[in-house]
Amino acid sequence: MILERFNDAAKRGVYSLQEFFVLAWKAIGFIFVKPFYASDLFQQMDAIGVGSLGIVLLTGFFTGMVLALQSAVQLATFGATDYIGRLIAGSMVRELGPVLAGLMVAGRVGSGIAAQLGSMRVTEQIDALNTLGTDPIKKLVTPRVLASLIMVPVLTVINDFVGILGGNVIAKFYLGKPSALYWKTVFEQLLSSGFTLHFIPNDFIQGLSKPFVFGGIISLVGCYYGLKTSGGTEGVGIATTRTVVTASILILVVDYFLTQILLAVFQP
Amino acid sequence: MTDEEDRRRQQGERRHPSEKDETSMPRRARDSSRVRAAIRDELEELAEEAPGSKTEARPIQKVIAVENVYLAFEEPILENVSFTARAGETIVVVGESGTGKSTILKLLLRLLIPDQGRVVIDGEDITHLTFDDALKVRQKMGMVFQGAALFDSMTVYENVAYPLREHTTLPEDEIEQRVREKLSFVDLEPDRVMEQLPSELSGGMKKRVGIARGLANNPEIMLYDEPTSGLDPLTTATITYLILKLQRELGVTSVVVSHDIRSAFRMASKIALLANRRIGFFGSPEEMTASDDPYIREFLGGF
Repeated sequence: MILERFNDAAKRGVYSLQEFFVLAWKAIGFIFVKPFYASDLFQQMDAIGVGSLGIVLLTGFFTGMVLALQSAVQLATFGATDYIGRLIAGSMVRELGPVLAGLMVAGRVGSGIAAQLGSMRVTEQIDALNTLGTDPIKKLVTPRVLASLIMVPVLTVINDFVGILGGNVIAKFYLGKPSALYWKTVFEQLLSSGFTLHFIPNDFIQGLSKPFVFGGIISLVGCYYGLKTSGGTEGVGIATTRTVVTASILILVVDYFLTQILLAVFQP
Repeated sequence: MTDEEDRRRQQGERRHPSEKDETSMPRRARDSSRVRAAIRDELEELAEEAPGSKTEARPIQKVIAVENVYLAFEEPILENVSFTARAGETIVVVGESGTGKSTILKLLLRLLIPDQGRVVIDGEDITHLTFDDALKVRQKMGMVFQGAALFDSMTVYENVAYPLREHTTLPEDEIEQRVREKLSFVDLEPDRVMEQLPSELSGGMKKRVGIARGLANNPEIMLYDEPTSGLDPLTTATITYLILKLQRELGVTSVVVSHDIRSAFRMASKIALLANRRIGFFGSPEEMTASDDPYIREFLGGF
């Protein structure tokens, strides 16, 4: 009896996973197939990218400041507060920038995607698209995925920058370090971990490949749960919650494995 | 709550709106009676000319054939369901709620695939088509959804223009012309509604825009899911009239799913009664009223 139930749950799990990857495969494949829904893409880029700018600026700035405050205490014990720029730049660009931007966008955009596609599902608009001869994946999922793949890295760069700027504020006004010194150590850090193709700093490769993956995760999870919605408005709520939880966990877990791989490949 | 209380509450509710509307009553009553009379005349005219013209004017050709379809999800939904529609006919599928009526429409659209049996549209077996070919077959059909299913991020104009933009390369002015034509056909004033969003429309208007969108591509087949549910009697009559107008003026073949037996009798060439997962009856409305099958008699009730 218990074994049977476990068996059923396992089967369902594998089936969902398969569905998810089929959706991902189709959504990404359709990027290269006509017709292109360019206006949908720009609309989504605006909603996902420009729309998330405010929260990304806020979280980035405050994280940078708090990071500077905490590390100032630690570095002071070694008398190394001059190197605070290195520490902030390293952790923002490699780790905190991508993950924080990813989590914020998952909360804001992932839930929005799931709610919108979910309500379209329960009001039969998805069926209507199918009936009118449009593949809903092509019309709805592909623009959202592509927009996220483009915009989450852009948001991350902005997040990194305001984070480092936040560190600058603390370094100058709390520790009394001149800005010139701060930014000098920031660039030292960014150029210290080696280059790919002789001119791209490895930190940038790490810092930009992560948000690219996170963007894909957020949009695909949102679309997957949105399209799978059933059971009226209650179903829409469930889809939204699941999206935020699943996307956030996936971001943190995938981040670990991605870091392992990237460090192995790009660390000299 | 006891039955007695419940009944009194319902009566109270029913009385309420008429009291409130007393000032506007005369004009509205006059308007609605005029519309009702016009519809009645149209329907009677239609009933008179229908039988002869239909069989003579058009070649008898099966446009839709559902053959021995069996479908089950967790338990059987449809068993051994068969019916056909010839060109220009209107088939109304009636039955109690939850008997899988809407499922039949999804089978015709190939949103669902039958476990056994086959669905034939225009002589082509659509059961085993690829996804892309199924999209092409769907272009022959216009579907009107129960809740209209208008895209709520688009204006009425964009909604009706949607199928044209998707499947044709018409220039913008021709698209606009077509949208205006379809909106006028469903008795909406294009200039008034075109820029409105679906959320700003009433239930009846949404249905009509839904019909206009279904018509935009000039389909051979129209499918309606509960076209009159949730509408007041007058709007129900107008929608019924619209479906008849489509049949008569454009000669489209229609399948209507409905539990509104009254409007079903008005528009049906044939009625299919779905009961216990099977087609319990398939024939003309006259044959249905003449039947002495106990279930049919019970289903028809006082009609």
